[in-house]
Amino acid sequence: MRRSTLLRSLALVLACGGVLLLFSEFVSDYRNTQLATGAYFFAALAGLTVLAGQSGQISLGHGALMAVGAYTVALLIGNEGWALLPALIVAVAVALVVGVPVGIAGSRLRGPYLAGATLAFAVGLPALADRFPATFGGENGLTLNPPTPPSFLGSSFDLFRWEAWIACAGALVVLFVLYNLIHSGVGRSLRAVRDDEIAASLCGLRVGRMKTLAFIISAGCAGLGGGLLAAVVDQLASPGAFTIQLSLFLLAGVVVGGLGSLAGAVWGAALLVLLPNWTNDLAHSFSLSTKVSANLPLAIYGVVLIAAMLLWPTGIQGGVRALAGLIRTRIASGRRWPLGASGAESGPH
Amino acid sequence: MTKFIDLTLNGISTGAIDAAVALALVLIWRATRIVNFAQGAMLMITTFLASAVITKTGSYAAGFAVALASGLIIGAVVERVLIRPIESAPPLNAVIVTLGLYTLLVAIAGMIWGNSPRAFPAAFSLRGYKVGGTTLLFTPNDTFIVLVVIAVAVLLALLFRATSLGLQMRAAAFAPEVARLLGVRVGRMLTAGWALAAVAGALAGVLVAPSVFLGPNNFDPILISGFVAAVLGGLDSPPGAVIGGVSLGLALSYVAGYEGSALVPLAALVILVVVLMVRPTGLFSAARERRV
Repeated sequence: MRRSTLLRSLALVLACGGVLLLFSEFVSDYRNTQLATGAYFFAALAGLTVLAGQSGQISLGHGALMAVGAYTVALLIGNEGWALLPALIVAVAVALVVGVPVGIAGSRLRGPYLAGATLAFAVGLPALADRFPATFGGENGLTLNPPTPPSFLGSSFDLFRWEAWIACAGALVVLFVLYNLIHSGVGRSLRAVRDDEIAASLCGLRVGRMKTLAFIISAGCAGLGGGLLAAVVDQLASPGAFTIQLSLFLLAGVVVGGLGSLAGAVWGAALLVLLPNWTNDLAHSFSLSTKVSANLPLAIYGVVLIAAMLLWPTGIQGGVRALAGLIRTRIASGRRWPLGASGAESGPH
Repeated sequence: MTKFIDLTLNGISTGAIDAAVALALVLIWRATRIVNFAQGAMLMITTFLASAVITKTGSYAAGFAVALASGLIIGAVVERVLIRPIESAPPLNAVIVTLGLYTLLVAIAGMIWGNSPRAFPAAFSLRGYKVGGTTLLFTPNDTFIVLVVIAVAVLLALLFRATSLGLQMRAAAFAPEVARLLGVRVGRMLTAGWALAAVAGALAGVLVAPSVFLGPNNFDPILISGFVAAVLGGLDSPPGAVIGGVSLGLALSYVAGYEGSALVPLAALVILVVVLMVRPTGLFSAARERRV
């Protein structure tokens, strides 16, 4: 059983990797940058959605955990001259370590207390960059050189495509780890703790430890997302990138995608990448003033968060599931599709 | 020594504002068991409205009144439209809705008034009192702030202890089913709780705006310190919120004075985490079992 989960996740990762590889081949530099952006968002969102959906904890501090990863990478590559891969690994490790005390504190809090504490974390941590400008570069942050494609890919290999590859590789690692986590005994224990803490502890589960573990894992994912952001996409780690808004955007992505599902995190990442573009186009086509157009994405995130909770709390992935379920029951109930339309309308099996 | 006295006085006046925000959060928590993460944005909107009225009429009092009145309306509308439908949903949903409201209000303020902060007039002089040749870091405006917050705390205490409305609000929050059977319009009481809370928040906004300036994101730290103050007080008790606000104001003032103001948000976080680790339900709350 466990082995088949491993095989299934490997197949999933290879399939996604193949699709992404092909996709990056045929699209423009701009799309490749979007792909890389979506990939680092996915890393952070997947960790957050596992935390919120599988273990029932909310975190408004994942923007700050991304900052931890970003600054670690920037310091290691920029100051110490490290290579990208070890820097990213250390960034994940540092985010894991930072996640330990936050997770331990968080495991004792619930609902609004946890939300408030992580909110204070999101506001408080970036202030360190201002307090120690010599190390963290103050308001301007730390800049990095873009990663160079390895020589065996040829000297004219496209930089943006290489960036997309790195970011997608990171996202796939996150997908592999979290898929196996969700479908393992640990994932089952997390859900047991989420649904009923007292029943879970009567079954011998260490409730606090499980919740802390979930937080630490999602902190590591956020750290990787932040590291990819700083090293690959923005080539910059600055406090302006990790405001409280970022944490709220991450939350919006997770909620709208569908809490708890990795596919939902893909939807959420797509939303976070594409929505600013769409609103920009919208603002241009209606020739709105800069005041309005600059704040339009923010307004849409707000409306989307509220509307999702009031009207459709299961998010996009919940809708997809409901649709798939509907199609499946129609097929199972033996209802024949009208002849001629069967090819076009056959649902997933 | 003068620095210590200055920091203490400054801490009392910022603590008074934290106490007002904490009161707003506590009133909503008591009514609907929700932490209103949109409180900072709601008081930002009411303060912008006050600013518009003050520029138009030149009267501070008119702006003050508009802030309180608009707070009352916004609080009631938010409860009726956004909070009522998710009353029985899991607590996470309410957190997300109030965060969505925060995001939306910040965006709306940016669209109307722009993102660059502007000045906001103070009610009284911002020049410190002179005592024996040295100028204290405490101004007539600070006196005004402290007196207003004390007045609000006393009025709220009177409302809850001495009036029928206050009794009904307490009953609706404490035991909604029983209160409903006894003829209390529970829904209206919850709306009233939100409206009152928004008034306390609006007040805090007008009082703090001269020192933090007026911009869409300028009140975010106030929400954090208000939340920490409310948690110090146990989230459930208005007197606790006031004590929590003043003690937090003092602590953060010493941190800012001796360690630099950049560390203030981090210090608030440390205080919050330490308090929650030692007493997960706050310093001033009665111990209570969580319902399973």
